[in-house]
Order: sequence, then C-alpha cells, then structure tokens
Amino acid sequence: MTTIQTFTMTSEKQDELKALALRVRAHIVRLSTDGGCFTGASLSCADLLVYLYADFLNVHPGNLTDPERDYLFLSKGHDVPALYGTFAELGFMPKERLANHLKSNDSIYWHPNRSVPGVEFHSGSLGHLPSVALGVALDARMRGQNQKVIVITGDGELNEGTCWEALLVASAHKVNNLTIVVDRNHFQANIATEDLIPLEPLAPKFEAFGAEVRRIDGHDFAALEAAFTALPFSDTKPSVIICDTVRGRGLPSIERRADRWFCNFSADEVVELLKELHSQEATTLTSETLTVR
Amino acid sequence: MSYEQLIHETALADERLLVMTAENRALIRNLPGPLGPRFIDTGITEQTMIGAAAGLALRGRVPVVHALATFLTLRAFEFIRTDVGIPHLPVKISAFVPGFLSDGNGPTHQAIEDVSLMRGIPGMTVFAPADEQDMLAMLPAIWASPDPAYLRVNTRPATYQHAPFEMGKAEIVAEGKDVTILTYGMLFEQTLIAKDLLTEAGYSVGLLNLRSLKPLDEAAVLNVVRGGSLIVTVEDHFQTGGLYSILAELLLANELTAKVLPLALKERWYKPGLLSEVLEYEGFTGQHIARRIGERLGDGEHTFGAKTKVVENVFAE
Repeated sequence: MTTIQTFTMTSEKQDELKALALRVRAHIVRLSTDGGCFTGASLSCADLLVYLYADFLNVHPGNLTDPERDYLFLSKGHDVPALYGTFAELGFMPKERLANHLKSNDSIYWHPNRSVPGVEFHSGSLGHLPSVALGVALDARMRGQNQKVIVITGDGELNEGTCWEALLVASAHKVNNLTIVVDRNHFQANIATEDLIPLEPLAPKFEAFGAEVRRIDGHDFAALEAAFTALPFSDTKPSVIICDTVRGRGLPSIERRADRWFCNFSADEVVELLKELHSQEATTLTSETLTVR
Repeated sequence: MSYEQLIHETALADERLLVMTAENRALIRNLPGPLGPRFIDTGITEQTMIGAAAGLALRGRVPVVHALATFLTLRAFEFIRTDVGIPHLPVKISAFVPGFLSDGNGPTHQAIEDVSLMRGIPGMTVFAPADEQDMLAMLPAIWASPDPAYLRVNTRPATYQHAPFEMGKAEIVAEGKDVTILTYGMLFEQTLIAKDLLTEAGYSVGLLNLRSLKPLDEAAVLNVVRGGSLIVTVEDHFQTGGLYSILAELLLANELTAKVLPLALKERWYKPGLLSEVLEYEGFTGQHIARRIGERLGDGEHTFGAKTKVVENVFAE
C-alpha cells in the first residue's frame, strides 16, 4: 500500500467541490423525513460521489449510452440520497424529482434503480456489484476500450464473501480496469465494524487478494484526485481505494453515531439540521451558484 | 453434432455469445483455445460468475454459463433472481446434472427444486430436453431469444426421433384415452418405455414431452385435460413446485379438475447410486412407471414386462 502525498488540486477547485458537496448534503438532509432514508451512510460518501461525477469520471447526462463512458456501480445502494443528490445537482435528473421520494408515481426509493438516468445497475443487496462490475470490466477489456469501471462498496458490505470472491476472480484474470472503492465509514448498520466483524488491517487483506491498494481521507478532494488520477495502480492487478470517511459527515450532531444509519426526522428537525449543515461550511463558501463542470 | 460443437459454431457466428463456467468444463473442454477471451472460467464461484454474466449482458453480450444445476440454482439463486431476473438480461444458464442425472453424488448435489425456483423468477424461461437430440434442437432458439433462460442439460442419447422444436410448444408423442403421461427431461426415455408397456397391455396411452416448462404449452395440456384420461405427471423433481404444481395452477386458472397421478419425489431426496439403481429404487424405470400407472388404473393382471435395462450415465465432472 502506498500513501498518496502529492496533492495538487487548487484551493479554488476544492472550494467548488465543497460547495457542490454541501448542496448534495442538503438534499440528503431534506430526504431524511417523510419516511426517511439512510442519512448517515449517505453523508459519508457524498464527497466521494461529488468528486467522481463532477470531476473525474467520463460520464455525464450526454453520454449515458456511450459504450466507452466510465462506469460507476454503487454497490452500497442504501446511500442513494447522496447519489441522487449528486445527479440532481449535475443535471442527470431534475431536482424536482427528489420530491417524489417514496411516492408511487416515481421510482425514487431507498435503493438505486435504472429508471434514474446514470444508475448503471440496481443495488441494495450487498456484495453483488463487484461481480457485475467485473463483467463490465472484462467486456471493456475484450473490446479494447480504456474506460474506468469503478464499484463503491460499504465497509460493512465487506462482510459479504462475494466481495472477496469477485476480487479473487478479478485478480486471477488480471482485470486492471476494475477499481473497488470502499467507503470506510467504520460503521455497519447498527454497530462499529471493529466491534462486530473487524476489518482491520484492511489494506493488507485486499493486497493478499491480489489488489493494488491506496488508502486516503475520503473527505479530502485533493487526496481523492491524487488517488483516482493515478489509476490504474498496476498493469496486472485490480485497484482498491480505501476512503476513510465519517458516518454522518457534515452534521456533527449525528456524526459517528451507530444510531444514525437510517434517519426519519420531523420537519422541524430538518430545518435545524440544514442550519447546522450550513454553519459548518459557511466560512469557506461564497456562492451557491458555483458550478464545477 | 455435440453441445460443444453447437456452442462453438454459434459463438463463431455471433460475437455476442460468450462461454462462461464456474470450473465445470465437462461439455466445453475444447473451447478455451478457439474462443480465447470469450471463454471465461471464474473458478468455483457460481455467484461471481452469474454477477459477471449480468455485467457482460449489460454490455450486449449473451453469456452461456455452465455449472452444476444445484449450485447454480441454490447458491447463486439470489444473483440469478436479482442480477439477471430484475433487469431481464439474456443470460443463458446451462445447468449440468439436474435431477436424477446427479445419480451418485448424494443429496448435496441433487437439483430437484430447480424448476420450482427458476420458474418463480419473473421473465425467466425454463427448458428440459428429453435427450441430446432434443437439447440441440432447442438451443438455437433459446440462445437467440432476448429472455434469460434456464436449461436442464441432458446429453443422454436419443431413443426417439423428435419433432422439430418450436418455442412454447410441447412435443405430442402420442394421444391416449385411458391415460396421458406428461413429462420433461431425462425421464422422457423411461416414460416412452412405460407407454409402450401400457399400450401392449391394451391401454390407450398418450405422452407429452413438455420440452419447455415456462413458457408452458397450455393449449396442449388443456387439450389433454379435456380428453378426460388419467393424467400422470412424471418428473425427477420434488413434487412441490414442479410439473404437478404447474398442472394444478393451470387447472385452477381454468376452473377445471382432473384425475392426476403425480410421480415425483415427495418430501424426500433420492437414494444416490448408479443411475440404474436410482431409477429402480425410486420407481422410475419404464417398468415401474407402467406398474404404478397400472395400479392407479386398477390393473391387477399385468406385470409390464421384465426389469427395464437402464443405460448408465457417462460420468463427467
């Protein structure tokens, strides 16, 4: 495992991404009522999704059927508010569609599905998309295409043996266009990972399964850029990026809390949480109208 | 023509077709060389193979996946249901040694709930050829279809010259007034013997080789029901969820009833052994099937010939 040390992203760009991530987090908070959603797990990977869709991946509303686009598979599907919040901000879907959350007139529910443009595959049952992404990566390689195939898993999701099985097969077939990204927020549904099924030392586990691994701060846009722009890490191995993150990131009142995986707040609580969210970043952000692309 | 030759020819003609296996190479041993990267062995990983097949299908491929029927339908069930079934991807499942064809393996390897599980997945099609000739006749249509498909692989030599395959149609071998046998898969061979034994004893015997359990040839089965004969469902499957259940569902949906004798595995796994031993012990040789039907018809007179000689399974891991 190598620790990335060279950060080159400008502070202006970091501010742009922070502004976008703040708007995505506001969507997450607003979805955490009237039935609720997986708030804590969504907040932990908001920065990761924002970085990937706004800055790194060659995928945008105009190329969703291009076979040479980059693919992102969200295997930890319960963080759909972060994904849809990102999609809404980047024009994949109209923002108004988020108001249809849990309504039968649309398909905006607790797990991703392909009725939302940009969702490559439905998910929610954990441990599935590493193998689905492997199939896509194998096909891309067969066709001589060079796009990135990225699959984001949770850390609790790594309890599922099929994550490791898929990596074993990817390593055997030297699939170096596949990258597994772990949202390492240190919690599974109800309990800290290390208190239930300890994962550490995690990087050596992935290395032992044949991957080339980097471990970074998943909330640091410069670190994200340094890691992702270095892909593939190897000519012969799949890549793994472990993103250390904080469950509930952006809302200190719910950060690192085992009981804030799924949240269903009252309307008043949402108002308070939005204030809390914006107070965190207020000093560094100047405009809600900043665009990233 | 063998299964391997057919899949090889089809793959050469259609670049979408891929051959995948979870290290079950019995039928596709010679293909890694000719197919190159389009032959993908994932090792003993039924779940990963199915997930990867879904990913490949998402990219426009038609993966034909190979593994033992029981491990595909049981261990990888959720992957088939969720990754292939929900998006309705054209993954073609070639399930090896289903039903009695897993003769000597023991209950761990007995796929005798596979029809029940697979037909329960919305949009999944389910096929069970009577023998190799029947299988080779149906595979081009199965692989060309946009639907996901489950096939009970059967490479036993044909003992009957089959009619051409037509999607969704049963093969009507004979029509009968006293009794009609409905069957699928490898037991067709024994039911054909049973039909002849019963016919020799003076009965008018019908026989349907269903070929496809989903889609079901409802018209052909309803025609049998309306004929009023005793209907015998013969299957190497649990009695729950297979052909007997399929028939019951069809009868209810049409507000009909019938005299039905189910010959299946009722709440039990079968005794493992050589195929001849299994069929003899479990009462599924031609002679046993004829006797069991004769009993139901109240026949106390006929012995239905001598012990049926069963061609053993060719072991292929």
